[in-house]
Amino acid sequence: MRALQVTGLRKSFGGINAVSNLSFSVDEFETVGIIGPNGAGKTTVFNLITGLYQLDAGSIFYFGQDTKHIAPFRLAHLGISRTFQNLRLFNNLTVSNNIVAPILSHEGYGLWSAIFQTRDYVRLEKAAEKRAKTLLDFFQLSDKEMYSANNLPYGEQRKLELARALSLKPRLLLVDEPGAGMNPREIKDLVRIIRQIKESFRLTIVLIEHQMGLVMNVSDRVVVMDFGQKIAEGHPDEIKKNRKVIEAYLGEEFVC
Amino acid sequence: MVYGVLRLINFAHGDIFMFGAFTAYYLMVKWQLPIYLVFMITMAVTAVLGFLIEKIAYKPLRSAPKISLLITAVGVSLFLEYFLSLNSLFTPNYIAFPRPFEVFGYDYSLFTVTNIQFIIFSVTGFSLFLLYLLVYKTKYGKAMRAVSHDQEMASLMGIHVDGIISFTFIVGTALAGLGGILYGFAYPQINVFMGIMPGIKSFIAAVLGGIGLIHGAVIGGILIGMSEVYVSAFLSSTLRDGVIFIILLVVLLLKPSGIFGKKREKV
Amino acid sequence: MTFFLGARRLLICTAIVYLVLKGLFLSGMVTAYIQQIILLSFIVILTSLGLNLIYGYTGQFSLGHAAFYGIGAYTSAYLCTFFKIDGVLPFIPVLFFGGVAAGLVGYLIGLPILRLRDDFLAIATLGFGILIRVLLDNSDRFIDVLGGPRGFVGITRITNLELTLFTLAFLILITKNLIFSKYGLFWECIKEDELASMVFGIDTTKMKLIAFSYGCFLAGVAGALYAHLYTFLHPSNFDFLKSIDFLIIVIVGGMGSITGTIYAGLIWVGFIEGLRIILPDRMLELRWVIIPLFLIIVMMWRPYGLIARKESKLLGIDRSL
Repeated sequence: MRALQVTGLRKSFGGINAVSNLSFSVDEFETVGIIGPNGAGKTTVFNLITGLYQLDAGSIFYFGQDTKHIAPFRLAHLGISRTFQNLRLFNNLTVSNNIVAPILSHEGYGLWSAIFQTRDYVRLEKAAEKRAKTLLDFFQLSDKEMYSANNLPYGEQRKLELARALSLKPRLLLVDEPGAGMNPREIKDLVRIIRQIKESFRLTIVLIEHQMGLVMNVSDRVVVMDFGQKIAEGHPDEIKKNRKVIEAYLGEEFVC
Repeated sequence: MVYGVLRLINFAHGDIFMFGAFTAYYLMVKWQLPIYLVFMITMAVTAVLGFLIEKIAYKPLRSAPKISLLITAVGVSLFLEYFLSLNSLFTPNYIAFPRPFEVFGYDYSLFTVTNIQFIIFSVTGFSLFLLYLLVYKTKYGKAMRAVSHDQEMASLMGIHVDGIISFTFIVGTALAGLGGILYGFAYPQINVFMGIMPGIKSFIAAVLGGIGLIHGAVIGGILIGMSEVYVSAFLSSTLRDGVIFIILLVVLLLKPSGIFGKKREKV
Repeated sequence: MTFFLGARRLLICTAIVYLVLKGLFLSGMVTAYIQQIILLSFIVILTSLGLNLIYGYTGQFSLGHAAFYGIGAYTSAYLCTFFKIDGVLPFIPVLFFGGVAAGLVGYLIGLPILRLRDDFLAIATLGFGILIRVLLDNSDRFIDVLGGPRGFVGITRITNLELTLFTLAFLILITKNLIFSKYGLFWECIKEDELASMVFGIDTTKMKLIAFSYGCFLAGVAGALYAHLYTFLHPSNFDFLKSIDFLIIVIVGGMGSITGTIYAGLIWVGFIEGLRIILPDRMLELRWVIIPLFLIIVMMWRPYGLIARKESKLLGIDRSL
């Protein structure tokens, strides 16, 4: 049973085919990178997997379960988590609460406990706070836990976005262009963080990224998309030499 | 139109309609102006009013949260109503709206048509025709449609977005003023609160037919008018306003994009 | 245990306020009219608190809040008339029931409506408010005593200082606990970014419904208290303008702040009634010209509210943990 099995995926908006006939699979604990020029449909794939879009055709199986018609919040509880390319933090909430909220959505208590502040309430609130702190420690953000999320410098907001994605103890982590706008030194740092995540949290990662340095260093396998379709798939080294990939990125003239 | 361009429910639209009726009243009674002048001046006045409201109240809040804009619109609406209702102005009472021509009916065997209904029908039809030409056959119309699709993109394409928004408001409010005059002829008792229900109903008509589509608004308006008449006739006239809400709810739940509208994905 | 510790300050505050007011009322220094105004301000605070939860916390724009206020008022008045209840103790379940009626209607309406976007939600709630107004106007067709356009007369006077203040304090306590629990946190997340909330495990539909139903419940309880204070109900008391009143209090007080709502409620009622006392009759009509202007200016200057963004430790409205 694969962690993720995508078959014949199709999604169009109006007349535009964002994704057509896409198939690929991801084994558990693998890290797969999805690359491709802008507009290739990569983020759409993520939106489909997390249930934000309904697919027009095809299927998505997560550890053997069909994700069709399952609400996004339920998919989150099943272990699918993601980051957003443009960051969608809960800006006016504290850094800590950004992490506590998803935790409590999973291991929470009911209305009665909330209103009458029962032992369950106390226990689960404290547990959530503790786990949030541990997670923030991992990303070296714990000294800023009471800051408002939008007051963090950009690089740390990025880390918070990742931390939040990990708060739900996901089995499948979808990371959308984590390296966007970063300089080479920051990219190296990011590679290190991703490797640490792979070691500490046993999970499967699918990564969308433009920066070749990042993708090639971190992925076990790479899937290449263009115009909504898969044009190549394989080990990073093979992909680097693939004609179609070079053509898609750089144009025909550069294929030598 | 205004909603299509700004994504703002202009709560004051009904009150501008009312303002048009009162302006016409004032022109006819205090200044004794001939009909064609009344039409022209009233529409100009409501157009200017719309322009001012947009510039003063809505524009400064364009980047504010949507809700602030809605509340401001509510504020403008209330202000117009209560300002005109001051005892030194028009008072909250009903005022008789003059009809500067004889009313007579044409009798056909199955139904009667009064000249007023005929006037309303033809004026409305003609105006809508002109509007259709404007929106679909002119450069300005194209710009309006572009802005309603994607404001940022339109401005990057060289469209003067602020100007187009003002233009849309002017056209929209001029039409509202025209509507006010026609309404005054049809139901010759005007009152400062008369615009509230027509304002809401006009929005519901637009939603029913498909926001941003002219033919949608027309069909929506006709459907709502007919439903009201039938409910009044067969059930009770006091339940009339309740029907509107039921229609709205049904539309919003079943096909939020309206009869002629197209679906739009979120995210 | 935590519950009682956390409630300490609020209870002490309430006790102090009660003693002061009771003293004032009994001493005869305060006219019956002023007493009624003070009780009205508590009732208005309660209703606005409900709206603050719906709008200030969860970000759902509701323009029909007065409808739920009215549902609570009419339900309670009818039940008391039907069962001939006129004491405070037997009234308490009716009070609760008025709130439940409003909350239930809120839940049923919320189910279809809450998935609508901002502006459409505004129109839908506005429309619902109109629908209720129309139903109330026609209420005498169904049940004669409800009075329809003549109004509902002869309601027993039951509301007093104890009932109002203690109900308010109790409900503030419950609301505060909700807000400082996961529910309040989820509501804030939804207001910040509903999509992200969904993706990170929050059942946004359920959370919005809970906020909406509870907010309507509060309005219903307040309505019931109102009915038995003024002993006369008329559909025009529960129209769009009334909904705007509550909205103004929420905005002026600060979205998402219980403390702000309390202060704003007091100030607002004081302002309205104060104007009535101070302004000569001719100028009274200027009230509703000034108020919308005020509203517009506030929106331009401070879109998120005037008074408070943080809760008051003094009044005991803070986290227990």
